[in-house]
Amino acid sequence: MSKIIVVTSGKGGVGKTTTTASLGAALALQGHKVAVVDFDVGLRNLDLVMGAERRVVFDLINVAQGDAKLHQALIRDKRLPNLFLLPASQTRDKDALTEEGVAQVIGQLRTRFDWVICDSPAGIERGATLAMRFADAAVVVANPEISSVRDSDRIIGLLDAKTFQAEKGGRMEKHLLLTRYDPGRVARGEMLSVEDVLEILSIPLLGIVPDNEEVLRASNIGSPVVLHNAACAPARAYLDAALRLCGEDVPMSIPSDQKSLFRKLFGRRAA
Amino acid sequence: MNLFNFLGRRATAPVARERLQILLAHERKSACDPDLIAILHKEVLNAVSKHIAIDPDRVDVSMHRRDMISVLEIDITLEPGVADEKFRQRFASA
Repeated sequence: MSKIIVVTSGKGGVGKTTTTASLGAALALQGHKVAVVDFDVGLRNLDLVMGAERRVVFDLINVAQGDAKLHQALIRDKRLPNLFLLPASQTRDKDALTEEGVAQVIGQLRTRFDWVICDSPAGIERGATLAMRFADAAVVVANPEISSVRDSDRIIGLLDAKTFQAEKGGRMEKHLLLTRYDPGRVARGEMLSVEDVLEILSIPLLGIVPDNEEVLRASNIGSPVVLHNAACAPARAYLDAALRLCGEDVPMSIPSDQKSLFRKLFGRRAA
Repeated sequence: MNLFNFLGRRATAPVARERLQILLAHERKSACDPDLIAILHKEVLNAVSKHIAIDPDRVDVSMHRRDMISVLEIDITLEPGVADEKFRQRFASA
């Protein structure tokens, strides 16, 4: 049984690509066969975050238009043999992506992978609606910040109206992943809390990823954070979230890094 | 009053939360196809107007999305006394 997941948010810069890379890697670490697919045609970045930018030959649009075979376009991860990337096209126009083309590619991916994680572009235009179109479930990535929560609400509305799943009368499975969370600021009343966001959006919580410098360090070197430093707080959050996606009952927590006094004083190290 | 108010720094998260709740309550009303709402408004108005005189501005059609269900809400406010009059007419003709 393969499952198609869309990672979406409406707003840009909230952590969709980081999340796609890390959930993909976390599921692959569990032994599943995983494909991560970049739907951001013209502004691809998943290849960069995954550290595969120099290995791109063919892309999603080449496969959708029949100019390349799926296996020619898929890039196998160098760290995990059961993790694959299908990059977006950097040179083509967003309109090059058609519903028929996407249906055809997703159909092929379904037969080969346990999990297909689609990294949606920001916005609510064609690219975003096509990324969610054939999904079985959605991970809505939000920051505890008003514009992100508002846009997430909008995206939830689209997931319930414009997806294939919703149109055939099914219920779209949705999960909230709260990223860039700072428990200290929440305690000081400076940031919306998990409870606030959950009450407003009312979809189940998949995980809370704390705001943490390891995320940037990992993307600097082109590695999903779960592979870069599996012990750091955001990595643990993603590993738990991936287990929850598989239906495992993992107690919800906000992972944190226990810093020693020494690390606090001399904690600035180069990645 | 919590400690931070005391220190002169006001908690801003509750403001964010309240602003969002008000905004989204409004935006969710028009979350579905705006044309559909307009069509429903017009047809409901036509259907009811055949029997009762109503003010078009006092017909409110909205659609709300909640976790499990969606609600189509049609709210028509009648002029004072209209309902009484209709009732009396029916009673007289019976």
